Amino acid sequence: MEKKVVVLNVNGIDYELYINPKTLLVEAIRDYIGLTGTKRGCDTVSCGACTVLINGMSIKSCSVLAVQAEGYKITTIEGLEKNGKLAPIQEAFLDQGAYQCGFCAPGMIMSSQALLNENPNPTEWEIREGIEGNICRCTGYNSIVRAVQAVASGKYTEVKS
Amino acid sequence: MNKYTVINPHEPFRVINTHVRNIDGIAKVTGRAVYTFDVKLPGMLYGKILRSPHPHAKILKIDYSKALEIPGVMGVVTGKEDTLGVKQGIWRRYKDLCDEQILPVDKVRYIGEPVVAVAAITEEIAEKALDYIDVEYEVLPAVFEPMDAIKKDAPEIHEGFERNINVTRHIEWGDVEEAFEEADYIREDWFKCGGQAHMCMETRCAVSSYTPDGKLTIYHSNQSPYYMQALMAGVLGMREGDIRIISTYVGGGFGGKFELDGAIFCSAVLSIKLKRPVKIVYTREEDFIATKRRTPMYYYTRTGVKKDGTFCAREAKVFTNGGAYTGMGATALYLTGFFHSFPYKWKAYRYDGYRVYTNTLPSTSMRGFGAPQAMWCSEQQIEWIAADLGLDPIEMRRKNAHEEGTIIPGQATIASCGIQQCFDEIKKWIDSKGQLPPNRAIGISACGFMSGGIFNWFDTPYSFSSAVVTVNQDGTVELNVGAQEIGQGSNTTLAIICAETLGVKVEDVKVHSGDTDFNPADLGAWGSRQTLMAGNAVKMAAEDAKRQILEFAYAQSGLNIVYDLDIKDRWVHAIARPERGEDFVKVVRRAIRGKDGQRIVGRGYYTPHRKGMISPAYSYMLQAVEIEVDEETGKIRLCDSLTAHDCGQPINHLGLIGQLEGAFSMAAGYGYLEYMPFEDGKLMNPNLVDYKVIRATEMPPANIAEVDTYEPEGPYGAKEAGEGLTNPTAAAIGNALFRLFGIQIKECPIRAEMILKALKEKREKEQQGK
Repeated sequence: MEKKVVVLNVNGIDYELYINPKTLLVEAIRDYIGLTGTKRGCDTVSCGACTVLINGMSIKSCSVLAVQAEGYKITTIEGLEKNGKLAPIQEAFLDQGAYQCGFCAPGMIMSSQALLNENPNPTEWEIREGIEGNICRCTGYNSIVRAVQAVASGKYTEVKS
Repeated sequence: MNKYTVINPHEPFRVINTHVRNIDGIAKVTGRAVYTFDVKLPGMLYGKILRSPHPHAKILKIDYSKALEIPGVMGVVTGKEDTLGVKQGIWRRYKDLCDEQILPVDKVRYIGEPVVAVAAITEEIAEKALDYIDVEYEVLPAVFEPMDAIKKDAPEIHEGFERNINVTRHIEWGDVEEAFEEADYIREDWFKCGGQAHMCMETRCAVSSYTPDGKLTIYHSNQSPYYMQALMAGVLGMREGDIRIISTYVGGGFGGKFELDGAIFCSAVLSIKLKRPVKIVYTREEDFIATKRRTPMYYYTRTGVKKDGTFCAREAKVFTNGGAYTGMGATALYLTGFFHSFPYKWKAYRYDGYRVYTNTLPSTSMRGFGAPQAMWCSEQQIEWIAADLGLDPIEMRRKNAHEEGTIIPGQATIASCGIQQCFDEIKKWIDSKGQLPPNRAIGISACGFMSGGIFNWFDTPYSFSSAVVTVNQDGTVELNVGAQEIGQGSNTTLAIICAETLGVKVEDVKVHSGDTDFNPADLGAWGSRQTLMAGNAVKMAAEDAKRQILEFAYAQSGLNIVYDLDIKDRWVHAIARPERGEDFVKVVRRAIRGKDGQRIVGRGYYTPHRKGMISPAYSYMLQAVEIEVDEETGKIRLCDSLTAHDCGQPINHLGLIGQLEGAFSMAAGYGYLEYMPFEDGKLMNPNLVDYKVIRATEMPPANIAEVDTYEPEGPYGAKEAGEGLTNPTAAAIGNALFRLFGIQIKECPIRAEMILKALKEKREKEQQGK
């Protein structure tokens, strides 16, 4: 297949890539742009480790082609902090120990962020449903739920400003 | 949602058991943490592995000439042409248990075994090259189940192992026959325990880089860089010191990443041949079919008790499905037999374990290390015996439970044991629940676990754990350990022990781990050993450094000799007059000047001595799990749980909660979800669509009641936490089913169809009874 120039807007920066049109978004982000915070844990769109935000909504970046993401605002884990200040959800993950090996954490944090973007006051069950597509083998999820709840409760609002 | 209670808390510490964020946390929540999966070196090639499609076959001929013609393919390696053909294994002391050539020279023994490895300029080209390699096999008869493999006419999997028996283990104390004579009631059952995939989020991966100076650097996702270094030296015919293993961030281990795997071996062999860095990342499917798994077991257990519920004797016979190679399976075989006796006193006990080779994916250690299987059988049978005798299952367990000072003849002496309080907490919790809805029930299960193994089958000449503490002139501290962080939080736990001991803050301590070039040897993260063993080494190293600093402080203070000095919160002071003191950094600077400019260096090490056969200390726990069952579908839903848990003195508060909650999710998965069906040696669900792990919607509250005890052998009284809790849950779920319906499920994981079948049989029986 003939290579193609694709412009991806990732974390507010336009990256011009010359890639095969069948390149997955996760491959473009990791292998071409070099942002390796986004992980891959399966080949079947099952684990959620590659979750990123597209216009604020969560998407598994192994399930879309890079070309399909052109023209959208893509946010990866590296794009959550602002000038070295962590986002509330990142602070909450730290306080709750909502990660252990950390391999699922970037995807899990992006799913949590997307959930909060859509529903700033989720119930416990809504949180669980919101992160159901992300597998964490270490924590048993409850600390992640607590982290999302802590953000929803406004505990980290001053960090936001 | 989750409740965390502490029973008998100890004196508060400055750092220990306070809220300390994981010291690797910032890197992990911002995407900065670089895992082996993320490593990219200049000139790096990508490797792929061609795997055996047969469960048992001779390799007759390999023709890769067509693959080499593909543009971008840089080289191919095979076992015969490019390796020394060394049969390796982690039980290095025992030659006959070193049975695995990672690239076999002449024979494959399971589907998925590596046969040929290719390196190319892209992963895609390497993958394509596999299609152009022709391997001619002579297919041999294969056998997949241990009970078939021990038959006289079964195919021989390894030469010289009669009836394919790989290892046997025997544990015995007391006069078993006599003790059974004393029993009023004897019950025997056969159980079947399934395998389980470690399913680390980061699949096996490695980047090897061999350079013309004869040095090999390997980035590898593993639980013990020292083991990797030593094992790789063995298979490559190199010196350990010429191999550097870097394992900074590891995406999970769970017992599956401390043996050599195809990624590290094949990438190294390719790199040595091609003199370029080579990266191999397993796909999720490869990670399922070609690593290792929790050991499936067939368990026979016979138990004799008195009418009043006093345990007399137990006898167990176990046949494990060893798969194609030994790995850590020999240790699992011993530990399952030992922990099958836990946490109870038996007048007499006998265990015979047989690990049997089959033509399936090898089995090995996995979180719990044989004990989840042991407890699945033991704790269910005990529940049934209590019912058979009309006794209260909690009280019957309680009266037979270990206590401080219990001696397990020839095996262990129990120094600390908080299980009695665990019984109290669980009882209170169950009582507080009152009447449950009709489709719900609570099951309980007890267990204990080790805090690191005493055995040295690896034949290391080094201390089991070592640490070096270096104090810089500005008061910052470098802590170098060989202990391995795999997500369990050991870096943080060890930093806490170091800070507490030295009297500084956690943020003053920088932990260096996961690099064999700069850190002392340590057996690594397995068998729940690091908090106790590496913790003791760190405490000793920090005490050594502290002593050197205090020597200067004493010399300078002019205090009467009866006064003691200490350091807390960066303040060097007289214990009796804490306000009389001096800033830590000032003292350190002078101390360094006094050493003619040398930094303060403390050393510590730990190897268990005179602590029995198994472990220096044991954790204890009792768990209650509330489940709901849909009788139409047989589906189980976990509703609630409480674990009463004794890990001695908790060190890393946040880490402990995380480990206990996480262990619950993995243990519950073993109980009712994580099924590995094989057909003719082929795993039928090697992907995350069909292999079910617990997801957020299935996880119940994992409440914890932490019973603080003091373990004299542990640093500040600490012992194991996090692995042991993988043991009780499957049996607790089984026991809840028994409470709910009176059905006895003898195979795990418990699948819906098994529940439906048992309910149907029960109804039929009841109808016949009418």
